[in-house]
Parts: sequence; C-alpha cells; structure tokens
Amino acid sequence: MNEPLLEVENLRVAYPGREGGFTEVVRGVSFMLGRERLGIVGESGSGKSQTGRAILGLTAPGGRVRADRLHFAGLDLLAITARQRRDLRGGRIAMVLQDPKFSLNPVMPIGEQIVETLRAHRRVSRRAARERALEALAAVQIDDPERVYALHAHEVSGGMGQRAMIAMMLIAEPELLIADEPTSALDVTVQLQVLAILDKLVAERGMGLIFISHDLRLVSSFCDRVLVMYAGRVVEEVAATELQRARHPYTQGLLNCLPQLGSARHPLPTLDRRPEWAL
Amino acid sequence: MSGREAGLSLHRLRVVFGDFVAVDDLSVELVPGESFGIVGESGSGKSTVLRAICGLVPLAAGRVRLTGAADASAPGSKTFRRQVQMVFQDPYASLHPRQTVDRLLAEPLAIHGIDQGDEREARIERALDEVGLGQGLRFRYPHQLSGGQRQRIAIARALILEPQLLLLDEPTSALDASVQAEVLNLLEALRERRGLSFLMVSHDLAVVTHLCQRLMVMQRGRAVEFVAAADLAVGQVRDEYTRSLMQASAGFRRKAA
Repeated sequence: MNEPLLEVENLRVAYPGREGGFTEVVRGVSFMLGRERLGIVGESGSGKSQTGRAILGLTAPGGRVRADRLHFAGLDLLAITARQRRDLRGGRIAMVLQDPKFSLNPVMPIGEQIVETLRAHRRVSRRAARERALEALAAVQIDDPERVYALHAHEVSGGMGQRAMIAMMLIAEPELLIADEPTSALDVTVQLQVLAILDKLVAERGMGLIFISHDLRLVSSFCDRVLVMYAGRVVEEVAATELQRARHPYTQGLLNCLPQLGSARHPLPTLDRRPEWAL
Repeated sequence: MSGREAGLSLHRLRVVFGDFVAVDDLSVELVPGESFGIVGESGSGKSTVLRAICGLVPLAAGRVRLTGAADASAPGSKTFRRQVQMVFQDPYASLHPRQTVDRLLAEPLAIHGIDQGDEREARIERALDEVGLGQGLRFRYPHQLSGGQRQRIAIARALILEPQLLLLDEPTSALDASVQAEVLNLLEALRERRGLSFLMVSHDLAVVTHLCQRLMVMQRGRAVEFVAAADLAVGQVRDEYTRSLMQASAGFRRKAA
C-alpha cells in the first residue's frame, strides 16, 4: 500500500466539565487509513462520532483536541490554519450526517445547496455548476434531477434527502468521506439502496471511507476493517471477514444482541458492561 | 394469566388526509393476549393505524372495537383510554422536557383520578420497579437520562394505568442495538407477567418477529400479507414485497461485479 491517506495517533478529545477540568470522550485512538473502507462501531457515547468530527475539525466549541499525529495526505491537521482547514472540509474531506432533515438547509432548494458546495471549492461557472449538480443527483439514482433540484428539504423523503446529501458531499470529489450513521434514519429497504449507491461511488472514485455506526452487522457487511470503540477507546480491531472470530467480549456482545430472522432467542442476550473494559 | 386479556377488532378502517388515503379498507383481528406486528416502509400507513385506534387521527370509515375482557368500552371513552396505551418511537420527543419523571408518571394518574396520596406513590414506585429503573431516577429530568432509560420511562408511563393493550410505535428504532435488546426483553417480560396484548409497528422484520406471533405487512395503506412469525422465520411468505423486506433485514450484500 502506498502512503496512507489519514494517520491518527493517540487522538484525544476532551470537553470542559462543570467544576473546571476536562472529561476525555476520546482517549487515545490510533489508526491508519488508506483508500479503503473502515468502520467504526460502538454504542452512543463511545466516542465514535467525536473521532470523526475531530478529523474534520468540527469538534464543538470549548472541546480540546490533542493528538501525537493527525495527518491527512501529508498535511498536519492540527498545525494548519483555520482557513486551510475550511478549504479541506467539503473539498478533500467530506462528511455525511445521520438525518437529512437536519443536515440540509431548510430554506434553500436542494440543487442550490449542491452548487454552493461545488463553488466553494472549485472555480466553475454558475451554469457549469448547475450541470454538475444535476449529474450528481443523477449519479445517486434520483430519477428526475431537474425536479429534485428545485425542491426544499421538507418536500423530499428521508431516502431522497440522504441521496441528495451524498450527492452534495461527493460533488467536490473528496479523497476521504466520513459517513456518520448515514442510514440510521432510513427504512431498511431504503438503507440498502443508499448503501449500494455509496458503495459504488466509493469504489469508482477510489476514496477512503470511514463509516460510523452502532450496527456492527451492517458495518461489517460494508467495510473491509472494523474498529470497535468502547468508552473512548478502541477495544478491538477486526477484519470484517473475521468478525465471527472477534475476541473481545464487547464485540461479541454487540454481535449477539440483535434479533435475527430464523433464530429465536428469548430473552435476547444483552451486554454485560464490565468496568475493566473502560480502563 | 386469567381471562383479563383484551383483544382488538379493526373492521374496514379507512383514514384520509385531504385527498391522500393513508389507510384503506384494513381489517385485523387481535386475539386476546396476542402480540401482533405491523411491518412496512415509511408512509405505508402503519403508524397511522395505531394513531387511529387511540383517536389521534379521525377515522373516515370503519370501526375499532376492544374484544375479550374489555369489550364494553367504546373507543374514545375514558375506560377505553385506560385499557389502551401507546408507546411512541422517539423517547427524546415523547417526554416533556421540563417535567421530572415523577411528574410525567403522575400525569396519567391525575387524568384518571387516581392521584390520591398513597395510591399515587405506590403506583409510581411500582411502575419504576417494573421497568427496571431505580427510585433514584424519580426526580430527574428527561435530559438527564440515557435513551434507553427514557424509553423505559415512556413504557412505565404507558403501564401505570394498568392497560390491557399496548400500542408500540417503533419502540426501539431510536435506540442503540445493545439497548434495543434490553428494551425488547423488558417488553417481553412485561407481557408475560401482565398478560398484555401488543400491537407493534416497526420497519425491522427481525424485531417484529422476535416479539410477535403474527404480523401483517403493509404497503401504501393496505395489508399485502398476513403471516405467522414462525413461517416468516423459515422464509415461507407469499408476497414479493415481504420477500424484499426479508432480504433487506439480512444486511448489505455487494453485488458481484
């Protein structure tokens, strides 16, 4: 493999507590990412989204991000200026968020939002940008791009909104895409369509992908490699194909707690969270 | 379990919003004590069925009736509302943000005139115990609770009037997979202990077949298939749409290039 796209070493994210002092929500996460699909899995509060946000520089104000190394394609993300960081965001690194109802601008037509993203990062004429936006909408399998271009977020279904979101994130042709629960707000059947689109585009364009989710099964069916996070740490890294052989009891717990068609288990096994996992 | 269980009969329900027909000619019979599931995608009308049963949306035609032990109470009456309670999808939205757990649980008691000192105390304590939460959470606000704890409070609020039929609208889809298992186990245990009937809506086939004995698949406001959970588990379904839902719940599969 050639030079890694993203290098994360000992990433720590902390937020100030009420009595001064900081509470760490990401506690020393390290990984390397090439042009591959990496999954990050964990429960709410495990620090998976905070890891993704720290890479983009979207940690909430007041939060403190430290790392021994946080490099993207040779750039030191913690040393560059806010302006350089802003140029990367949406340009070379993009993010798809969970719920299109909240991540799309409610008072701007969808097409214009895509044009805005493109023109923030590439010098193209208004007319060419519009063409590109229509192409992007067509690429995410929206049947009538002209119509959807002029619609507002509240006029489209969840699946349509999320596809528009993906179109917007991919229009500047990023090298790294961070998808934070991109399908959790969608119906199961629509989930698969959206994943198939994402999968195809990632493969065609040779992007790196970080897929963040609480659904271990879904992530493992989609990614090459999975990091399992608990209480701000990576407790296990497994290749997606080796998942059945995962050793950490937390990983096994996450795998077993889902009800499955055709295997009745009453009651369902639940996670028995042990304090030593958080050490 | 005694003969206290309630059943439910829905006869040719129709719900319209303007020109849009959300539920069309839908009939379901729930045997007393049964756990019945409704599956379908967003917009198929499955949540509207639940809302129509408890009077949150008006019926254009058709009839809702309780059967079994509770058949005397007419829809919309106070006794009907005591026997039929609903748990909503998103515990972040269904609990009043400025009311403590104590106040949230006391509300239905006040409405039904069971707010005299001792009874009120006893019911709230029992409801919290039943959903596996300690008394320590009693004076917290919803934002001080985790998603799983909030959904337990929502279930406690539904149970506090000792209903016979619970309407569950996607009770676990806002929760993490690990927390979902805990809530599903709780619901199952409660049903056994109290002899409850469930009518549960979900878009996740695996969740519905786990909790329900029979289910109905809905598409565009109509029932496309009724199937026993055991048949579905082994793949014995007739309808093409049901089959596509089954495939979807098996997870993502990359098409061979």
